[in-house]
Amino acid sequence: MERTAIRRRLTWQLARVVEGVTETARTTSIVLAAADWQGHLAGQHVDVRLTAEDGYQAQRSYSIASAPEDEHLAITVQRLDDGEVSPYLTALRPGDELELRGPIGGYFVWEERLGGPLLLVAGGAGVVPLRAMLRHHRAIASDVPVRLLYSARTRSDLIYRAELSEYETTITLTDEEPEEWNGRTGRIDSDFLAETAWAPAERPLVYVCGPTGFVEAVADALVALGHGADRVRTERFGPT
Amino acid sequence: MMAGVSPGFRGRRSGAADAARVPPGQYVTPDFPVLSAGPTPHQPTETWSFEIRGAVGKPMSWTWEQFMALPSERVTADIHCVSKWSKLDTSWTGVSLDTLLDGVDTSAGNVLAFCDGGYTTNLPLDDVRNGKAWVAYEYGDEPLAPEHGGPARLLVPHLYFWKSAKWVRGIELRQDDEPGFWENYGYHNYGDPWKEQRYAGD
Repeated sequence: MERTAIRRRLTWQLARVVEGVTETARTTSIVLAAADWQGHLAGQHVDVRLTAEDGYQAQRSYSIASAPEDEHLAITVQRLDDGEVSPYLTALRPGDELELRGPIGGYFVWEERLGGPLLLVAGGAGVVPLRAMLRHHRAIASDVPVRLLYSARTRSDLIYRAELSEYETTITLTDEEPEEWNGRTGRIDSDFLAETAWAPAERPLVYVCGPTGFVEAVADALVALGHGADRVRTERFGPT
Repeated sequence: MMAGVSPGFRGRRSGAADAARVPPGQYVTPDFPVLSAGPTPHQPTETWSFEIRGAVGKPMSWTWEQFMALPSERVTADIHCVSKWSKLDTSWTGVSLDTLLDGVDTSAGNVLAFCDGGYTTNLPLDDVRNGKAWVAYEYGDEPLAPEHGGPARLLVPHLYFWKSAKWVRGIELRQDDEPGFWENYGYHNYGDPWKEQRYAGD
């Protein structure tokens, strides 16, 4: 295991909402101006804290959707109608303020020194930290080969669809088989991976993010295909 | 920084009975979320063992069969994940670390737990003694599922749950305090949820 030297205390800071970007009917990207932000690595997350008038506080972690090189910090929030925090966040308006601290996490990150080929496998909202990696990859003009496999329920659930079409992306829909659809349908299983991923002999560095069932299935299939467990990094993406 | 009020935020509090059981910044979930850094190891019990090694007079090792023959305890505990969820009244069956450490002669003050898949986490020896830690192999009377750490995981419910290492294969007793996997990535070295020790410096 490699080591990092992140020992700086993570203090809460105020960030101002620059804009909210509607990604899908249920997901909104919140673009933030955080004056004291010290930078992050692609794949890290941030803690957000809300405080009620009586002092009650709720905290949640969100993957950072923006690249380190982007002007603003962004998170992408999936709204759960009965959620405690996500309805509040997705209703924020430009100029509203939010407390946050980070960056957090240091294993599910991609930096160019880690090399590749870089295989990103997303299930649903799990695409968020992988999008940060793609944006970082582009911002540094990396020549590491990179590929995204992205599974969503339906077309209308696809986040960042237009942006992702600029990369080598294979999209598959699990709950819809639309006419005039030139992507794939069905789950990302062993056959899918055998066809679309680099061969194990090329030792791709793989990042898998999505709901638990998705991550378990994809990571198990990768290992069964012969990819080294030490080349597969995972993050489970739980809705809150 | 002092917390500023988030205008219009009400929040959803736990019931009064639960409130005292939920550490700051945590929310209660009925689910059992899964967090792991890599693929889930699927270790057959036939080749599983549990070891105590390091600064001990004589290293110890148990096969699965021997481990199952040790006195077990049923534990009901609230668990708290650093990713903010808490789960109340979880029930486990496992072997107390007191049982495993019984008769182990050591001057070490620290423990580094090691696991299938390469995960490690560090704890003070005092935090795994005196009825505070177990190696659990059943969850809710069922064999512990691989994604939750089966065949066996550490259970140290008074600390954030990353200390309850999944797929545990043993503990190394150490004079020095060697940071484990997440501790090396900026998570708190000790991890007391009641003091909200999530990250280094908290």
